[in-house]
This record gives sequence, C-alpha cells and structure tokens, in this order.
Amino acid sequence: MSRFSVWSLGSSLSLLLCVCAFAQVAVPPLRAPVTDLTQTLTAGEIAALEARLREFEERKGSQIAILLVPTTEPETIEQYAIRVAEAWQLGRRGVDDGVLLLVAKEDRAVRIEVGYGLEGALPDVLANRITDQVIVPRFQQGDYFGGLSQAVERIVAVLEGEPLPEPEPDAVPSEGFGSLLPILFMLVVLGSGVARSLFGSFGGASVTAAVAGVLAWLLTHALSIAIGAGVIAFLFGLFSGGMGGGGRGWSNRGRWGGGWSGGWGGGLRGGGLGGGWSGVGGTFGGGGASGRW
Amino acid sequence: MYALRALALVMCSAVFGGCGYNTLQQQDEQVKSAWSEVLNQYQRRADLVPNLVNTVKGAVAAEKDILDSVVEARARATSIQATPELIENPQAFKQWQAAQGELSSALSRLMVVVERYPDLKSISGFNDLRAQLEGTENRIAVARKRYIDAVQNYNVTVRSFPTNLTAKVFGYTEKQNFSVENEAEISKPPAVDFSEAPAQTPPAETAG
Repeated sequence: MSRFSVWSLGSSLSLLLCVCAFAQVAVPPLRAPVTDLTQTLTAGEIAALEARLREFEERKGSQIAILLVPTTEPETIEQYAIRVAEAWQLGRRGVDDGVLLLVAKEDRAVRIEVGYGLEGALPDVLANRITDQVIVPRFQQGDYFGGLSQAVERIVAVLEGEPLPEPEPDAVPSEGFGSLLPILFMLVVLGSGVARSLFGSFGGASVTAAVAGVLAWLLTHALSIAIGAGVIAFLFGLFSGGMGGGGRGWSNRGRWGGGWSGGWGGGLRGGGLGGGWSGVGGTFGGGGASGRW
Repeated sequence: MYALRALALVMCSAVFGGCGYNTLQQQDEQVKSAWSEVLNQYQRRADLVPNLVNTVKGAVAAEKDILDSVVEARARATSIQATPELIENPQAFKQWQAAQGELSSALSRLMVVVERYPDLKSISGFNDLRAQLEGTENRIAVARKRYIDAVQNYNVTVRSFPTNLTAKVFGYTEKQNFSVENEAEISKPPAVDFSEAPAQTPPAETAG
C-alpha cells in the first residue's frame, strides 16, 4: 500500500471521527458534583445533593457525581456513560473509587457507572437493585429528587462499609518527597553546571529551573512545591557559578531557554487552578447497571 | 570537553527517541494490557453462563434448543485457548472471534426468549444473573473499544515512516483488530436452527 493511500485513509478516518464527534452528545464540563442540564431539580435540591456528596467525599475520599441530560441519542446510555466517566475521571488515581449517576430524562433511562475500585463493593447486582428498586419506582412518579437522593443514600451506605484509603488533606506533599530532597538538590547542582555550559548562565538556570519544577511536580503533584523548587533551582543556577564566564557565546540560546521555561510554568498554572470541583484520576471499566422507567 | 560529551549524550537520546523505539515499546504494552482486559471479560462471561443456564433451565425447559445452543457455543468459545499470542495470529484470532460471536448471539437469543416467561422474573437469582450478564457484556464492549484504540495507535506507529524501519528491525508487526464487518456478520442470528417458520427460508440458505 502506498504511503499516500495510508495517509488518505488516515485523514478520511479522522474526518469520520470528527463527524461522529459532532453527532454525539457532548460531555459537559465537570464543575460541581451535580450537573443538571434538564432543569429538573430546583436550586435547593441541587444544593442538598451537593452538600451530601461533598461531605461524603471529604470523609471517605470517594467521589460520586450526578449528571442529568435530556438525551444520549444516538448513543446508548452505557456508551455515553463511559465517555463521561473517562472524561471526568471521578475517584482517586489508583483507588478508582468514583461513581457516576447518569439520568437521560427523555430516553427514560438511568445508569449507575461504577469505577474499577468499587466494583467489589458495588457490584452490578447491587447497582441493578438500586436502579430497579430505588430509582425507577420514584422516577415513574416523577419524583426525580427523591429517586436521586435515595440512590445516593444507598450508594453511600454501601461504600461506608468499604475499607478504602483515607482521604488525603489537600496539597500535602507525599512522605517520600522529604527523602528525595537531597537527591533533587544534587541533581540541581550537577545539572545546573551542565546546563550552564550548554545554554549560558541565564538559559542554563532557566532549563535547570524548568527541569527541577517538573520533577517536583511529578513527585509531589503539588503545584506550590513545584513552583518553589523551580524558583530555588533558578536562583541557584543563576548565582552559584555566574562568574564562571562560560555563558558568553550562548546568549541566544539563553533567551530561548528562558522563553520555554516561562511557557511551561504558565501552562502548568493554567491547568492547575481551573474549575471548582473535578475528578482526581479515577478510571472506569464499564461496571454498573442501567434501568429504564 | 564535558559540554561536548553532554551534548553528544543529548543528541544520542534524541536520535534514539526519534526512531520511535520507545513509542513502540509503550504502545505494544498498551495493546497487551488492553487485550488481557478483553480476555478477562470474555472469561467472566463464560464463567457466568453455566450459572445462568442452571437457573433458567427449570423454568424454560421447553426451550431446550436454545439452551443447548448456548451451552455448545460456550464450550466452543472456551475450547480455543485464549492466549496473549492470539493477537499475532490472524487465523486463530478470527476463529476465536467467531466463537465468541456465536456465544454472544446464542446468549442474546436466550435473553429474548426468557422475556416470554414472566414467572422467571420472580426468581430473584435470575434478576441478579441478568444484571451480571448485562454488566459483563457492557464491560466487554468497553474493553473491546479500548483494545481497538490501542491497536490503532500501535499499527499507525508500525506502518508510518520512520518508525516502520525500527519496527522492522526489532520484529514488530501489525496486530489483529476487531473488524466491524465481521462483527455484523457474526451477530446476525443464523438463519438455520431456530427460525420459527422454517418453511419460509429458501433451501439454499438453510444449508449455510
């Protein structure tokens, strides 16, 4: 097969994908535990549900989110639910303790999508009982809030008895970071020497700062520490050997290095502080149950 | 001198990274893990079938044909060794896929039939089993989709320049993917066995 035909096949495929993506119902952004796109719940009802869900997350660490959409057509509710779950990443990374409660009002369908880590605690059979016995009868009478809040209570009760990792307080560095600090410092010392001889004193410091910042970010997942590490590394790289005089011939590179590290930092910050409530990296594998009313 | 050496090191790793060796490794691993998830879920379904058949057997004894076809399809599907190497072998992959497809269609016919037996729904074990089966079918669908995506990524890397050269050197070949046409053909219930009006089907088709 010639390269051209592979290329054209690829581009037509991606075009097809684009078209499909347009036809599907978009996944709404996750800003709060309850997302109602159908104006079914009153503000007070949403607030009550959210208070319960936030309180449970603070105490137990598991994330439960509720989404009401008018329809999931042309997809089935299962297909749409897994797309939402993949996009929202409910639950903690590695623990995968997220639950999505999805209602497609005009399709008269409801689904409980269960994260990998909760498939043992909330197996399909239990999820099915909750949709069949708790949600569907109430939805049939038009009692959407009652169905949802009772379902939440049942799910919370099930997860309550599950031994899950303790919820972590916000932005506290992990234990391992303290022992890694000396190594990081050594890396900065060595790395800044190399980087300075390559990129000049300002550029070298920028590169060192960027690398140290990214390393710290990867190790701790805490933005403040990453920025702090970057700033310290930058200052260290700039002043520790500035009189060495290796930087003259590379000044152009230096400017380039500065611009790059600036862009990185901005990108990180932009990604870190968006939205009020979001998933924390949980994954889903299609577990759960659906019901119709 | 030091700087030169460092520069050489950086360039070396850039060249090495540029040839796509690491990408190949990574995507190959992704395909493998996606594939084991697929196998895992199909196995889960195969494990559910005996339970399901035993539960409904008493209530739907009249539908012996369909029950038998489910049991047979399960036996055939599990007789093919589902190994990780299956994705390297087009022939075996096709066979395995066909067998699983048969089990899918036999099961879906059974689930349609049991709808006609209202007293089955009062058995609580049946509702649970049905929920489990539905959940497993959904997990299979998810696992298959993820596998398809992983193989797509991998195959593009294996075929496109310059990574195809690296792939050739290290013996990485294209992997088998689920084909949609084949799938449609499989999931179509066969016209022979259980059609309600055999007289309507032309003889030529009943042979196939």
